[in-house]
Amino acid sequence: MRFDRLVIDDPDDLVFGRAPFPVTTPRGLVIGGGRVYPELNFTLPTMSITPDTYGEVKRHYREIVEGALTRAHELHQDGVVLEFETLLEMTLDPRLGIEIVTLMHELCEEAFEKHGLRAEIRLTPNDTRDFERPVRMRSSRHLDAMFELFEGGARAGGNLLSIESTGGKEVCDEALMTCDLQQVVFSLAVLGVRDMRFLWRRIVEIARDTGTIPGGDTACGFGNTAMVLAEKKYIPRVFAAVVRLVSVVRTLVAIEEGALGPDKDCGYEGPYLKAITGRPISMEGRTAACAHTSPLGNVAGACCDLWSNESVNHVKLLSGMAPTVSMEQLIYDTRLFDQAIRQGHVHAYRDLMVRSDAGLDPQALILDPVAVIDVSRAIVSGANHVEAAILGASKGLELIERAVGDGTLRLEEREVGWIGMLQEQLEAMPRTEEGLLAAVLPQLDPAKVRLEEYGL
Amino acid sequence: MSERFESMIDLLRKGRAKEIQAETQAALDEGHTPKEILEQALMEGMRIVGDLFKNNQIYVPEMLIAARAMNASLEVLKPLFLAGDVEERGTVVLGTVKGDLHDIGKNLVKIMMEGKGLRVIDLGVDVPAQRFIDEARTHGARVIALSALLTTTMGEMQAVVRAAEAAGERDALKILIGGAPVTEAFRQQIGADAYAPDATSGADAAVAILRG
Repeated sequence: MRFDRLVIDDPDDLVFGRAPFPVTTPRGLVIGGGRVYPELNFTLPTMSITPDTYGEVKRHYREIVEGALTRAHELHQDGVVLEFETLLEMTLDPRLGIEIVTLMHELCEEAFEKHGLRAEIRLTPNDTRDFERPVRMRSSRHLDAMFELFEGGARAGGNLLSIESTGGKEVCDEALMTCDLQQVVFSLAVLGVRDMRFLWRRIVEIARDTGTIPGGDTACGFGNTAMVLAEKKYIPRVFAAVVRLVSVVRTLVAIEEGALGPDKDCGYEGPYLKAITGRPISMEGRTAACAHTSPLGNVAGACCDLWSNESVNHVKLLSGMAPTVSMEQLIYDTRLFDQAIRQGHVHAYRDLMVRSDAGLDPQALILDPVAVIDVSRAIVSGANHVEAAILGASKGLELIERAVGDGTLRLEEREVGWIGMLQEQLEAMPRTEEGLLAAVLPQLDPAKVRLEEYGL
Repeated sequence: MSERFESMIDLLRKGRAKEIQAETQAALDEGHTPKEILEQALMEGMRIVGDLFKNNQIYVPEMLIAARAMNASLEVLKPLFLAGDVEERGTVVLGTVKGDLHDIGKNLVKIMMEGKGLRVIDLGVDVPAQRFIDEARTHGARVIALSALLTTTMGEMQAVVRAAEAAGERDALKILIGGAPVTEAFRQQIGADAYAPDATSGADAAVAILRG
């Protein structure tokens, strides 16, 4: 653990629009410097991506960006982030991904020259290692193409580099279905941490060589998978909240290795990263309902520096194309954030967002800035990533239990028993990488989990 | 219902694998047939568990431990089944379509289907269209259940429908589809037979198809 104390130690300082270490982009957006900017993410309508359809693919992206930037200008917005989250084919064949970044960059340059609109591109290649079975984190045949896209895309105008990495997911997926917290901690705090180190050292190097910004990662495939399973009532919400807390140490490693922020929008563990490192974060909430539902629609905005829609297909809605509609929704939201900042109502607005959600779901409760600071203190007191994860999760459960007890958190009856069960699991868990590995080894299927791919 | 079967159902719900094996042997020693034990204790227990899950009274992990307990009991019973003892409820070939590696939803569907007594041939992920047809033929399956989580891979479901047509087996094979981007409208568009919005209704749909 490279962070042993909090950069933001007071909940009053954990607010939207402001980060102790803001990030300035090449076109002059200062993320975390006193404003909240919209971050628009988008994807294609249902279609195949083949060489025969590349022309149509590029047409879609051109229309998406033109439509979004036009609407941004019409709404007097002076700065936006456009996230290009690639589809599989664009990472497997980086040339297509790079062409699309080039096309987007040209449109952003045009908007900058014509209107002074500062539009930055966040480039998020796929973690294509996840598309092999068994997964091979270090020896995957897809790694070279992935890094080629990072480098080529960065040179083509992708100024913010991110990824939704998946190291450890092959263990976590099954562990979520069985609510096996020990395996979840192993997947995130051992496998995930090791893979993040491997990956982010390279991404930070690429960013340095290309003059771009290594943004950050997300534990989306872990925490959000748990959240969605909980929304479907397949697993307890309390368990999903704990998975989120355990995921903090994993995403933190990107920053430990040199990422500067903003992290990825779907990383709801972002507030913890901000408290621990002072780096700006991207978050998504109610405006991401086009991509997925969540119990975090308002609270997710409490300390954001970028406000995102997660993703939306390029399809026609009544008012216009969906990405343009999303752009408008995000801009109106960020106007409110900025107006609250200007009028000195940051805490009042933040607390409205927090209080409207925090009492209805444990996953929302743990995003309350007071809880974030409390849990973050526990995390950084850990001697290593495993212990940090366990301490953070344990503190989170303590806060959830207290809130249930004093009536500030509404929890279904069948969930309450899980608090104690999970606390017991944490207490019984080894607190070192070696100890945890020894404990889970008998349960690992060597056909699915290749420890050597994590350097173990 | 006999006390023995009530006890077995209770153990099944609690996931007590070793204890249910002991109870299974005790039930046999009392003169119950394997078929009676299967139908009146195990299948009845899984029906209750399935209903509890459907009514949001328990979670998937609790279903899983019940399924494991059932399988533990079956280890005792299987060698004793005579031909014709166990009603063939049907076989389903299940998989995530080509180009898609998501499997959590598919795995849940498998659990639900097996809980309803269906035999499930799980082909895994990234499964080419023709393989679904070939495996259905090999295993005598009448239902092919397809999962996709991406808008860019759900088109492969139509490839499976076409593969069934090309093989001359479209009437014999029923194609059931599901996954986050999949809809009833999409089902109609590609000519699949059934659409399920979630794992529970997927299992119900498969049972309904095989009964009909």
